[in-house]
Amino acid sequence: MFDVTIIGCGVIGASLAYKLSRYDLNVLILERENDVAMGTTKANSAIVHAGYDPAAGTLMAKLNVDGSAQMEALCQTLDVAYKRIGSLVLAFNDQEQQTLHQLCRNGIANHVPGLQLLSGEEVKALEPNLADNVCAALLAPTAAIVDPWGLCLAEAEVSVRNGVELRLNSGVTGIDDLGDHILVHTVSGSYQTRYLVNCSGTHGHEISAMVGPAEWQATPSRGEYYLLDKTSGSLVQHVIFQCPSDVGKGVLLSPTVHGNLIVGPNAEPVEDMDNCATTLAGLDEVAASSRKSVPAVDLRQSIRNFSGVRAVTSESDFIIRPSAHAPHLLHVCGIKSPGLSAAPAIADYAIDQLQTIGLELREKPSWDGSRKQIRFRGLSQAEKAAVIARDPQYGRVICRCETITEGEIVAAIHSPIPPCSIDGIKRRAGAGMGRCQGGFCGPRVLEILAREMHKDSMDILQDGRGTQLLLGRTKGGANA
Amino acid sequence: MNYDIVIIGGGPAGLAAANAAWEDGCRSICIVERDKELGGILNQCIHNGFGLHYFKEELTGPEYAGRFIEKLSATGVDVRLDAMVLEMTEEKEVHIVSSAGGYEVLQAKAVVLAMGCRERTRGAIAIPGTRPAGVFTAGTAQRYLNIEGYMVGKRVVILGSGDIGLIMARRMTLEGAKVLACVEVMPYSGGLTRNIVQCLNDFDIPLYLSHTITDIQGNGRVERVVVSEVGADRRPIPGTEMTFDCDTVLLSVGLIPENELSRAAGLEMDAHTNGPVVYENMETSLAGVFACGNVLHVHDLVDFVTDESARAGRAAAAYCAGAAHPGSRTLAVSAGNLVGYTVPQRIHMDADFKTATVFFRVRAICGKSRIVVQDETGAQLASFPRERLAPGEMENIRLPKSILDGAVGSVSVIIEEDAT
Repeated sequence: MFDVTIIGCGVIGASLAYKLSRYDLNVLILERENDVAMGTTKANSAIVHAGYDPAAGTLMAKLNVDGSAQMEALCQTLDVAYKRIGSLVLAFNDQEQQTLHQLCRNGIANHVPGLQLLSGEEVKALEPNLADNVCAALLAPTAAIVDPWGLCLAEAEVSVRNGVELRLNSGVTGIDDLGDHILVHTVSGSYQTRYLVNCSGTHGHEISAMVGPAEWQATPSRGEYYLLDKTSGSLVQHVIFQCPSDVGKGVLLSPTVHGNLIVGPNAEPVEDMDNCATTLAGLDEVAASSRKSVPAVDLRQSIRNFSGVRAVTSESDFIIRPSAHAPHLLHVCGIKSPGLSAAPAIADYAIDQLQTIGLELREKPSWDGSRKQIRFRGLSQAEKAAVIARDPQYGRVICRCETITEGEIVAAIHSPIPPCSIDGIKRRAGAGMGRCQGGFCGPRVLEILAREMHKDSMDILQDGRGTQLLLGRTKGGANA
Repeated sequence: MNYDIVIIGGGPAGLAAANAAWEDGCRSICIVERDKELGGILNQCIHNGFGLHYFKEELTGPEYAGRFIEKLSATGVDVRLDAMVLEMTEEKEVHIVSSAGGYEVLQAKAVVLAMGCRERTRGAIAIPGTRPAGVFTAGTAQRYLNIEGYMVGKRVVILGSGDIGLIMARRMTLEGAKVLACVEVMPYSGGLTRNIVQCLNDFDIPLYLSHTITDIQGNGRVERVVVSEVGADRRPIPGTEMTFDCDTVLLSVGLIPENELSRAAGLEMDAHTNGPVVYENMETSLAGVFACGNVLHVHDLVDFVTDESARAGRAAAAYCAGAAHPGSRTLAVSAGNLVGYTVPQRIHMDADFKTATVFFRVRAICGKSRIVVQDETGAQLASFPRERLAPGEMENIRLPKSILDGAVGSVSVIIEEDAT
């Protein structure tokens, strides 16, 4: 019997597991995919919002500001890339200037620190590549950028190290509320649990519907992005937003913690929660909108396009409350933007809710919530020499765009949540993140994965289920 | 560790530079190669067609590389394999890491940049659709087949008609795959004519010019692609969609010189070649640093890489031997009408040479034409007739120094098409 079972290991499920792992509880995470961070967590703007946007008084406003305040220390503890670079909302006309004033007032009501309205000259002094017709901006110095899947992975890994059980490839198929406990059925088996937490992202309503009539409607919204080469990574120094308006929220441009430039998203309703395709029209829309803020943005520097689906629902706020039909099922759903920013505070709030419905917490006598990774590229010359002397695998550079060594890849393979795919290595070690997008290192990563995991190369996947890379052997080739 | 010449890259360019520098008497040379073997990309090019110009015979890629590797083994050139260059400084310190040697700093008198190029990816051209497995650059697929021994797909659509894509169309077919189409956004092929004939036509693989892939579909693995005709603006024309059921997309959509080290060292770059600006002796804007092969500009034929790289190797040897600096009197060479770029971009007019070879590509298919070299006054210095010119085939002209001496200001290379 588990005390708490969490459905879904995106950044929300992982944040909750991480915070629960300090207590003396049997915790289980059920994840339908073959790795963690496979949904919205790996396809979003990677921004920690300051918190001036959500309407004052909402759960979203409170948890955004609380989460943002926790994020820097959390990322430091977990050795996750985080940079507080501040954000700017641009105004292009008088009406948008009024919007900036509203956002500023709302931010002050939300207790967002340091907000400042800037004139056109002041903002262009900060960001010389902005369009000439920017006439004002709202500066939010606490906004930051973060590695979202890195955060999710770190939290999940530390949870597992502290005794949390993670079952991958375990999509939930049914829930029986048996009064004193809940029986959760998955494709990999059934589990008994005292409390169940629904952190299943865009699929939250499906879990909810397993215990009774639908409690909300899902209205998923897709956003498409460009990711630009590092040559464009310093085009802007802040997260650059446009004013939300009747025609949409506008796209953002921002440096990423990896040194690239992210441009996007648009917002389009989609029927299929897992529809992460990009479209010609969507990419065109993002391109045109981004040029409005930064005319010099060069989308020929694109190294990847992707889209993510936000868990937008019929409710405007986050949905964090016990199910109306199963009192020991807690929903943590509808976590759209600013969900990543709010994640640590969402976990706190969810734990409060679990206590309200009877969960008792007792801290473990010893708990180490930290994690450390070797990132070869960031080391000094002397540190590089020392790490290679200790382990020669750190002297073999596998991903040449990002300077990722075999040592880092092998460490990722033997981490608490071993990856089974080339993209799993990418998310953990960064190999294949660069301008050649794994063209060079892909075959080498595949070879290392097969070797370390004692698998046939043919069984190594690109990413999720069904992403077979190699479909056969050549005639008379090395493996015939 | 000190060397006269450090050569970054042990592919055809680095090999030719090393052999030439040794022949010219340099006895302190080191090649740094990131792979476990010398030869570079030639090792996976198991088809023939290499060496027709240089050796006057037809070799496979590994055979072509083998000749230079064998020659190198008779020299005292040091080779660091499985070693990655992290940085080259302006002072010509080459920082390398390897499992065997740890972190080392090689101090060079001269450096030859021979890092080659990389392939453009799906992300670079923003092909819409889902992101399933089964989308490979042609060179990566070639590595999986020819080095690793694995088939990457059974039903294939190739985007782009660059040479590697064409070679892979034939290779996949010979391995039993069905290549459904080769799709090219431009109204002409980007590859060599001989490859269109031998790799597509001979296997009845259709080439769709002025078409592109507008949607990739499939969740786990590629399931189908949508191909549309494009207009003169290269945008898809609605209503022209064709669907191909396939499990694989190979991309042969261009090569990009791999110049991160060059940029970090502050070398002057050419926005058209994506390589360093060089003089006739392959010297870059940093004295004593030379560049050759695909890191300089993307070649079609390795034979020309060999020639160019030998020139770089000899110049590096001369630099180390203390040859007099060729002086500051330089002649700028620029690309004019219908010409995309020139290499070299500058010529040392006081250097010791009889003819300067200028390489370039045209920007569009040209019929019967003349390649004209003119100076700033518009005076014609030289003219070379051609029956046909194509962007997929690199051109070269040899300009006697005596002609260049008469130039007023800079010279440009232009194409004048004959009236039809």
